[in-house]
Amino acid sequence: MFDSTLFINDFWNWFIIILTLGGIVGVFWLIIWMSSSRPKPDQKIETMGHVWDESLEEYNNPLPLWWLMMFYFTLVFGILYLVLYPGLGSFAGILEWSSAKQHQQEVEAAKSKYGPIYAKYQNEPIDKLIANPDAVETGRHLFMTYCNVCHGSDAGGGPGFPNLRDNDWLYGGEPETIKTSITSGRQGMMPTAEQNNLHGENDINNVAQYVLSLSNRQHDTAAADEGQKIFMQICIACHGPEGKGTPALGAPNLTDDTWLYGGSEDKIKETIAKGRQGRMPAHGELLGEAKVHLLATYVYSLSKEKK
Amino acid sequence: MAKAATSIASQPTYNYQVVRQFAIMTVVWGVVGMAVGVYIAAELAWPLLNFDIPYITFSRLRPLHTNAVIFAFGGSALFATSYYVVQRTCHTRLFCDGLAAFTFWGWQLVIVLAAITLPLGITSSKEYAELEWPIDILITLVWVAYAIVFFGTIFKRKTPHIYVANWFYGAFIITIALLHIFNNLAVPISLWKSYSAYAGVQDAMVQWWYGHNAVGFFLTAGFLGMMYYFVPKQANRPVYSYRLSIVHFWALIFTYIWAGPHHLHYTALPDWTQSLGMVMSLILLAPSWGGMINGIMTLSGAWEKLRSDPILRFLIVSISFYGMSTFEGPMMAIKTVNALSHFTDWTIGHVHSGALGWVAMISMGSMYYLIPRLFGRELYSLKLVELHFWTATIGIVLYISAMWVSGIMQGLMWRAINPDGTLTYSFVESVQAMHPYYVTRWVGGVFFLFGMLVMAYNVLRTVSSPKTTEVNDKIIAPALAHH
Repeated sequence: MFDSTLFINDFWNWFIIILTLGGIVGVFWLIIWMSSSRPKPDQKIETMGHVWDESLEEYNNPLPLWWLMMFYFTLVFGILYLVLYPGLGSFAGILEWSSAKQHQQEVEAAKSKYGPIYAKYQNEPIDKLIANPDAVETGRHLFMTYCNVCHGSDAGGGPGFPNLRDNDWLYGGEPETIKTSITSGRQGMMPTAEQNNLHGENDINNVAQYVLSLSNRQHDTAAADEGQKIFMQICIACHGPEGKGTPALGAPNLTDDTWLYGGSEDKIKETIAKGRQGRMPAHGELLGEAKVHLLATYVYSLSKEKK
Repeated sequence: MAKAATSIASQPTYNYQVVRQFAIMTVVWGVVGMAVGVYIAAELAWPLLNFDIPYITFSRLRPLHTNAVIFAFGGSALFATSYYVVQRTCHTRLFCDGLAAFTFWGWQLVIVLAAITLPLGITSSKEYAELEWPIDILITLVWVAYAIVFFGTIFKRKTPHIYVANWFYGAFIITIALLHIFNNLAVPISLWKSYSAYAGVQDAMVQWWYGHNAVGFFLTAGFLGMMYYFVPKQANRPVYSYRLSIVHFWALIFTYIWAGPHHLHYTALPDWTQSLGMVMSLILLAPSWGGMINGIMTLSGAWEKLRSDPILRFLIVSISFYGMSTFEGPMMAIKTVNALSHFTDWTIGHVHSGALGWVAMISMGSMYYLIPRLFGRELYSLKLVELHFWTATIGIVLYISAMWVSGIMQGLMWRAINPDGTLTYSFVESVQAMHPYYVTRWVGGVFFLFGMLVMAYNVLRTVSSPKTTEVNDKIIAPALAHH
């Protein structure tokens, strides 16, 4: 399937075949020709009789036998390989091997070998499953394969990537919500200052001061009062009147001093000015439900650990 | 007296000027390129050394390192030796002094432009072909001039036969022209930005057709030319086998050009192309070893010279490394081996056993032979050559063994799986495990750079010492064939 599309007509197919075989046969001929007249063992090896640059001469020793044998071996191996495997244009090789088929076979083999390990937990509810150390450990293995690149080996997250151990949730921390996050992914979106109709540094600073005040951090009271007015018109839509966020939208709680993109004054201003785009990719299709179930179990167990 | 002086002066001479210039720059660029290499090796072990300065991050200095060692150091060595060898073995002065001078200044300009643009982040992002299109055009002009000078000299030779070293230099010059032009075909969108003329997997294939033959022709054929002159000269022995040189020359240049796809095993490259690349890479083993045999066996009957002559030791050890890496290469091209080695440090180790062991050491040996003769001076110190030889050898051994262990470990860690089919190690765990080997590699690099600095000192003392002998640049008639 892959191969035929590359050869839009038969010319290129035969071009490759003839060039390849012709080349290999040519090399055969070259070494047979050059090893045809071997000197007798006691024959003295003479130089070719040419001299360059006062002293450069050449003997004409025969080709070493072990080397010749090695050369023949690689040529024969090469031809055999091209008979067995694809290599000569669109000829598929008599084994009919292809990398796509090999991949398919390996995936099927892995599925039938490992599938049952995951499937056996699929029907147990997650809040019960967290008591089963084997299930949690298998979930951890999955996490260390698929999730740790962004969320970290300890699930502690990093700037832009949520900490999964702190029982603070953007979209909610119930087992089913966690499963939905993994299966379908999430798209978090904080609009830019411009999109929010904020005007200039001043507005941004005022809102930032108010946001700082929400978690009882040090702030400029006068500016925060100004900021509150803007917050109550614009930010309220997602973050709510008390700034406690809206899990359905993934809008974070601003009162708990937990920060996804950093909580310094500068970072808060940056978030307000430039907006944020957070994306958790969907994994349902890649992993299948049984694995997602175990991953959710592991993630859920992390938040239960703390309590 | 005055008459005699004029008659000596008017006797035709070889053009040593351009050879001297390239020979000195070989040493200079060697120090620079290797120093950058040591620095980026340190950055890999201790990333803090980036200092958050974009111009000196690994991503920008790495292409500077590869360009400096391959094209500045290796390139200057190839220009110097090919110009020297082609004149002396053709018994005629280099064709067109003006063009030869243009190749020197043009090539230096290319290197300086590379040293400016690469740290600025100006790159076409093609490995070993990162330079942007205006520099590519300059390279093309210099290369065409190089070809005219070289083949012009061959054309006006005074000998009936072309010496074997020149076959290799000639093949290198022609093929590099072809590779450079076709791989760098691009659509410029501004002075310093262009996009490749190819897309997707075709682009990848053209890139590795170029990339592998940069190894095959720039770093192999050209340096085999060096071997065929300097080994028999320094050993004062005839080349081992004329017919072996014919076989391995034609087989090598035919086979190398097919080997590129082994860089793209298990990718979107069609299966047939991958198989073909693998088969040709395996066939390449014998032609490569043909060169090794011809180089090393040239010494047969004169082995004792290895004990007393550190320059010859440079040359012979370099050929041994050539044999080792041309065995390793075909093995790594086998798809099942490649599945383990690809994307690991093993590749880096393989490249450096060829680059440090073969390319650098044969260039160093050749320069130690060449520079005293070019300047009419005795070499300042053979003891320092000895010191250089040992520090370089220790450096290479540390470097490649660290990368072998690290690379195989990476490959094994990446493919290790738990009983439930998940990965045993996360990527970052493999990175952490590599740290001691990165430090070892850096130490190896420091050794190698130290040796290069010793060489620079030795060369400086040599050329600045008073003249001891006349420079032997008089053209003599070729000796008559004695059949």
